[in-house]
Amino acid sequence: MSEKLIDVLVNMKEEEALEITKDLIEKGENPMKILDSCTSAMEIVGKRFDVGEYFLPELVMAGEMLRQISDMVKPKLRGEVTSERMGKVVIGTVQGDLHDIGKNIVAFLLDVNGFDVVDLGIDVPPTKFVEAIKDFQPEVVGLSGFLTLAFDAMKQTVDAIKETAVRDRVKIMIGGGQVDDEVRRYTGADAFGINAMDAVSLTKRWVGGN
Amino acid sequence: MEKAPEQLYEEREKRVNDAIQLRVPDRVPVMSLFGFFPARYKGITFEEVMYNYDQMMNAWIQTMVEFQPDMYENPFTIRYLGRIMETLDFKQLRWPGHGCDVMSSYQYMEAEYMKADEYDAFLFDLSDFMMRVYWPRVFGALKAFENLPPIYSIITYYMGMAGFSAFDSPEIEHALQSVIKAAKEAKELIKGATEYAGKMKELGFPPQFGSLAQAPFDTLSDFFRGTKGAMLDMFRYPDKVLAATEKLLPIMLQTGLAAKSRGHTRVFIPLHKGLDGFMSPDQFNTFYWPTLRRLILDLIDEGLNPFVLWEGDCTSRLETIADIPRGKAVYWFERTDIFRAKEILGDTVCIRGNVPLSIMCTGTPDDVKEYCKKLIDVVGKGGGFIMDCSTVMDDAKPANVKAMIGFTKEYGVYH
Repeated sequence: MSEKLIDVLVNMKEEEALEITKDLIEKGENPMKILDSCTSAMEIVGKRFDVGEYFLPELVMAGEMLRQISDMVKPKLRGEVTSERMGKVVIGTVQGDLHDIGKNIVAFLLDVNGFDVVDLGIDVPPTKFVEAIKDFQPEVVGLSGFLTLAFDAMKQTVDAIKETAVRDRVKIMIGGGQVDDEVRRYTGADAFGINAMDAVSLTKRWVGGN
Repeated sequence: MEKAPEQLYEEREKRVNDAIQLRVPDRVPVMSLFGFFPARYKGITFEEVMYNYDQMMNAWIQTMVEFQPDMYENPFTIRYLGRIMETLDFKQLRWPGHGCDVMSSYQYMEAEYMKADEYDAFLFDLSDFMMRVYWPRVFGALKAFENLPPIYSIITYYMGMAGFSAFDSPEIEHALQSVIKAAKEAKELIKGATEYAGKMKELGFPPQFGSLAQAPFDTLSDFFRGTKGAMLDMFRYPDKVLAATEKLLPIMLQTGLAAKSRGHTRVFIPLHKGLDGFMSPDQFNTFYWPTLRRLILDLIDEGLNPFVLWEGDCTSRLETIADIPRGKAVYWFERTDIFRAKEILGDTVCIRGNVPLSIMCTGTPDDVKEYCKKLIDVVGKGGGFIMDCSTVMDDAKPANVKAMIGFTKEYGVYH
């Protein structure tokens, strides 16, 4: 692992991070090690977000740096086994709602925190969530919505999941816009989150049992 | 005996002005942004009202008469937009029946309508940039404007006159015809807004706002660079972001000052990207608050009262945003801890809010009353408070809206 790379990533120094990565690749560094440095950096970024030292702009910048580094490193990967994933999450913006900024950030953070994320996109009907649960067998389902009309769409989605008997197999979290505990109760979801890191904490708790 | 509309109007103006000036009014004022609520309430689709002048007029007037809030918002310039948006092939919005369900509110389509490498063009000549680069992206019907020469290049007979040749194309002709059509539709908007305002006055309702402005950073982020773009720009091109917000400040001030020429004092300033979590305190103090504060101060200097809607949670900003003149502005809070806001800001600004929409949409009238009671007891103490939901209430249950307004009028009387 490269302490230097971790340091510049954590401190949001984009140009330096890309230069160091380029140097490492030229020197023949194992690409998996570069990605491991990224993972370590993201863990620190996530922790700083948790304690209120970092905010959404830092998460977005970290994601942007990670994306560029992955693009540089990927051609060098020769089918190396990727690290063990912790669990699976199906996520999407519920039917009738087209907002995706919050959902995308949650999906990104879950991914860098070691979860396989199946992102169903926006305006996702209940049946599509149900199918995805059957196909991918996730431990956790995330429903996103910004508009107040999403309350009903979330409720319908949870109901649809209940009807197909897969309800017991998944934990459902909701988030976005006006969502709070009142809405959680209304929709029948298991939990709600105020920000993107809440989604990560909830998923870790449910999947890891801690 | 029923009060005359003129008397109601004066009472309502005074009630709200007392609250703004941190005096104790006769009772807590109560109002809302109804959004598309009147359409649902009157059994017509959101789509219908966007295209039907009379339906909108009737549904909105009847709703105001039945609910009797202290002040109204004019729906025409923000809701009666179906035709003009179609004519211009407007890209930034999906609306009921046009990309959204006929009973769904607006959905803003965010994108980088300005690219990261276009800051210099934006700063050099904003109007030229908007007309030849931004408008063609935002209005499909005006795409051909991208082929025009720079507006500033046509100066006089021997400087630039030949540039008019660019207007000679079928595409530009089509674009200009769309502009003329849009102009006529815009006149209908103004006609509707004027007629609605007149009817409201006859019924004794003053308007909540005479104009709208935005924080310069929000305008840059919302409409030009996008949330993600603006966030990355703070790291990559901090000086350009600051220059762009400086450029937008006098423009936002001008749009806000329009209230004055309309004979009103209240300016609505909804905020989007400066809330807790969306920015660090450092970023807020660098990119967001300085130009917003100057906008607020300049409007106050002109004798106006900014109504600032702090969306999301802004609890960590409360100490910072207290730095404005006393008794001149309203801070409307969505998810911010409004009780803490009262402690910190109670001597500085009038506070508005914040019955959660979750309660308004899924709760019972008793839930609403319980929350309102707490608001009136704590935030309403000593005046300086306006009752409202946490934000625009499109999908609230009518019984809950009645409960909020009715309970406030009853329990919110100052003795």
